[in-house]
Order: sequence, then C-alpha cells, then structure tokens
Amino acid sequence: VRRLSSAPQLLAPVLLLAAVGVLGTFMSRSVQFQFRFALVMATIVIALYVFVGNSGVVSFGHVSFVALGGFAAGLTTVPEALKLSLSPDLFPVIASAEVGNAASLALAAAVGGVFAFIVGVPLMRLSGLSAGIATFAVLVIVNNVLRNWEAIGPGARTLSLVPETTGFLQATLGAIAVAILAFAYQRSRFGRVLRASSEDPAAAQGAGVNIYRQRLVAFTLSGALAGFAGGLFVHLLGSITTQQVYLDLAFLTLAMLVIGGVRSLWGAVVGALLVSGVNSLLLTAERGLNVGVGEITVPTGTRLVTLGVVMALILLFRPRGVTGGREVTLSRLG
Amino acid sequence: VNVLQTLVDAIALGTIYALVAMGIGLVFGVMRLINFAHGELLTAGAFALALTNHLPLAVSLAACFAVVLALALAMEVVYRPLRTTTPTTMLVTTFAVAFLLQAVALLAFGPRGQSIDVLPELNRAVAIGDLRVRWVTLVSIAVGAVLLTVTALILARTDIGLQMRASAMDARTAQLLGVRATTVIRFAFVLAAVLAASATVLLSVSRPLVTPSWGFQLVIPALVGVVVGGMDRLVSATAGGFAIGFAAAVLGDVLPSGGRVFLDTALFLLVILVLLVRPGGLFARSRVSWERV
Repeated sequence: VRRLSSAPQLLAPVLLLAAVGVLGTFMSRSVQFQFRFALVMATIVIALYVFVGNSGVVSFGHVSFVALGGFAAGLTTVPEALKLSLSPDLFPVIASAEVGNAASLALAAAVGGVFAFIVGVPLMRLSGLSAGIATFAVLVIVNNVLRNWEAIGPGARTLSLVPETTGFLQATLGAIAVAILAFAYQRSRFGRVLRASSEDPAAAQGAGVNIYRQRLVAFTLSGALAGFAGGLFVHLLGSITTQQVYLDLAFLTLAMLVIGGVRSLWGAVVGALLVSGVNSLLLTAERGLNVGVGEITVPTGTRLVTLGVVMALILLFRPRGVTGGREVTLSRLG
Repeated sequence: VNVLQTLVDAIALGTIYALVAMGIGLVFGVMRLINFAHGELLTAGAFALALTNHLPLAVSLAACFAVVLALALAMEVVYRPLRTTTPTTMLVTTFAVAFLLQAVALLAFGPRGQSIDVLPELNRAVAIGDLRVRWVTLVSIAVGAVLLTVTALILARTDIGLQMRASAMDARTAQLLGVRATTVIRFAFVLAAVLAASATVLLSVSRPLVTPSWGFQLVIPALVGVVVGGMDRLVSATAGGFAIGFAAAVLGDVLPSGGRVFLDTALFLLVILVLLVRPGGLFARSRVSWERV
C-alpha cells in the first residue's frame, strides 16, 4: 500500500511535463518555442530543487553549473573553425573537441557535477546565509572567469550556431528524466536523511548523520542535473552568452522554486511551469491575445512589470508556495 | 604617495558602502529580512536627482530624499506579511520586489539611462601635498562619518533607538515588554532611507549615468559585505560594508592592468575565504560554531 500511495508523487509531475510537451506540438511556431523553453526552465528548477528542497539551504550558485554545462555542450558541438574565429586563444583541446548531441549532454552533466563537487567540498560546511552568500560568490566568479578568460570559451561574445537539437522530444524527455532522478534521490536513504537533518540538525547529528557529507552528495547530484539542463538550454537557443546565465536567471529560477513550493518536486515543476506560463501569456498578449470575443493587447514593456507583480503577490500571500510544498497524494486527489 | 592615494580612495568607497550596509543591517536587525530591493531605493533617488537636474540644488536634494523615504515606507507596508515566513521566502520576495521596481523603471525611463548633474563641482580635484583628491572623496568621508555617528547615537541614546536594539536582540520579548513592532520596523526603514538617499547623492557624482539597474549593482557588494562582516550586530554589518568597499578599491589599484578584469573573481574568492574561516562574520563577536556542520 505504501508503494502505491507514493506513485502519484512521481506520476503527477511526470504527467504534467509530458502534457506540456504534447500540448506544445499543437501550438503555433513561436508559442512552440515558449513551451520548449518552459520545459527547460522546469529542468533547471528541478535540478535546483534537488539541493535546496532537500537540504533547506539556499543556493544562488546553480546557475553557474547551468552556465558551465551550457558552454561545455555548446563548445563541443560547434565546428572548430568557428570556435577559433570567435576566440583564437582557445585551448587546442577545446578547439578541436567535437562530439554528437547526446555526448554533449552527458559532458554537460559531467562538467556540472564535477564542478559542484569541487566547490561543495569547502562550501558545504556552511549553513544559512553564509552558505547562500558563498554560493552567490561562486556564481559571480564563474561568470567573471567565463566572460574574460578566452582560452576556455568565447569570452563576452556570443557562442552561436550551436545545433538546435532541443526539440519537443529532447526537452520533454530531458525534463522527465531529471524529475525521475530527483524523485529517486528524495526517496533514497540519502534523500531522506538529508531532509530529516534539515528539519532537525541537532537530532540528525545525534543519530550519527554526517550532514556535511549528505549535503555534498545532494549538491553534486544537483550540480550534474543543472549542468545537463544547461546542455538542453544551449541546444534550445542555438546560442549562449555569459549574461544569459547569470543573476537574472539565478533569481528567476529561485523565485520559480519558492513560488511552486520549495519542499516538493511537485512544487518545483508547478512553480517553473506557472511562472513560464504567465510570462509567455504576457508575451503573447503584447502581440495581441485572442480571447474569442475580441483581442486583448497590453502595451509593450508591461510584461516584466506584470510578471513582477504576480510573483510578488504569490510570494506575499502564499509564502509556502502554491503547492504548499506538498507532493500529490491519492487522498488529496480523491 | 601612491599608497596614500589608494588608501584615501578606498576609505571613501568603503564609507559609502558602509552607509548602504548600515541601512540593510538596520532593517535586518528588527525584521530578520535581507532586503534585496534596498538598491531600488538608491535607483529611485538617483532618478529623482536626474529628473530635477535643471532645478536648484536644494530642490533636487529634497526630491531625492522625499522619493527614497516614500518608497522605503511603501516597502515597509508591503513587507508586513513576510514577518512570519521562512528566510528563503523573505529573500526571494524582496528579490521579486526589486525585479518589479526595475521593470517599472525600465518602462518609465528606458534602458539607456539618464545622467545626473547636480553637484558637478565635487568632481574637481584638490591638491593636498603630493596628493590629488577629488572633492567628492573628502565630502564622502566627512558626510559618511557624520551620518554613521549620528545613527549610532540615535541607537544608543534615544528611546526609539533602545527599542530597536531590544527588538534586534529578541523581538518577542521586546514586544511582550511593550515595544510596538510596526513602529520600530518603520523607524528602521526611515533611517535606512536617509542613509540610502545620502549614499545616492554621493555616488551620483562619480557614477552619473543612472539606469534601471544602477542601485541593484551597487547594493549587491554591500549586501555581501553585510553577511561577510556579520549580520548579528549592526556594527559588524556596517564594518563589513566598509571592508568590501575598501577591498574592492584596493584590489582595483593593486591588480596588474591585465588582471583587472578579474577583480570580481579576486574579491569574491576573498569573500569565500572569509566565510570559510569565520562563517559567523569577519567582525562577529565570537566564532559561531552552529553556523557550520
């Protein structure tokens, strides 16, 4: 019975992601892109959730793993001549590396995971605000280095002509795969121990739990997933700049997670899709939204203001998120 | 002489950051809230200055202080539901407010920004011995020292200051003893606004082009400074703000010209180092062991 009752906890987010993927294929061309973008954002937010949701520690640093994964996947799928024309000082090993789509995604995950582990070894000892600011420092440093060190990437220039392989199939399957891994982790011994220790650190330590090690496991896994999401991201846009994967994205993904509900996978998925949905609805409205009886057109530029108002209102009046941080259960469905 | 020049500039930048940091620290003390939207106070003040360029100086300054004060009081009202939520939700909500205000500024004034020209005379340099110091440097240090002292005196010597310190130490007990939370929090926002408006005027001399993200970019290092200094006390938070401004200015002068683009990397590596050695803050009273696992 316990096994059965946990099934909706995974099925609900997976089905929601699949529904977005299927529904999206029926939309017009520009709206299709919005749907794929929403799926990639959901992937980033789920990756973030694996650490923040289970450990209770805020991280601004995950977007740096997205950035590294994105540049890794982008740089290995662009022709050598183009790379060298962008950045003649590129390390030869990066300039000559060229792999297929799937391998580039695997590489993105590996880069994200390895970097998260290296960063996590010293930082996972910190808690609370110190940890938040330390991960913020990681974000700033990664951005600063990527932007200025032209031996490892295009620097401040745009890396373009990346194959646009993140169609509906790749976006949907990628998001679902990450959701399944996140669920498997939170149901595992590791996930349960970490969650328990975030609720009562003293009791967990008393029971012999090494919180540091548990956090490091979650941080590394979540870094790998974020790196993978970065790979999906670059293959969706076909290009990437360091500014796209910096402060704005870091805060937006964190806001999505909190708006959905930090403590549940369901919350991560709902938050990401809800905010993305509102955003693309507003984008469409700026061009004229047909509501059957007539068209609603909102003035250009009001999208960001409206999005800000919506996010602030949800956070102020639903501080635990729209899902309340709970998973979907059978009793709540029936 | 070169060392002295660097020191004077570093002290001036540190002082301005200390003003911003003290405002963030005041609000954090009474509300346990890190206000990411503090930068939008500076942006609002800067736009008030830019829009009143052509008017007399006194009018410009009055407009700046009035706008910043009004926005701070509005923030206090908006943040009221946050008093009972988790730190993560608080943090993200203040960010959402910052995002919203930047979007409003973008809509109203466009992305290219406007230039402020209210105190051009402060950009002139004055020779002291072998040093050539801009007036704004000296004024920043003087004004900053006065404001920090006055704020410290208000906290130490006045009734409301005592109530604020009591709330910062233990908000529940303070309320049981008759301290009104809303009064104290509102006063913290007022003080923070005065400090922010002053910092805005001083900063507008050396950074006269105000864009929607003007204040946000300035507040990020100050916020980091507050945490690095130590949030538990106002003194350590303010000192942290000073330290990060000071360190940024010194690093800017010390790094070789080829490495100057990596200033942020050097600065934030320093931040991580400090946090690892003293997670409770550089100037915190004691090593806070519970901050580590």
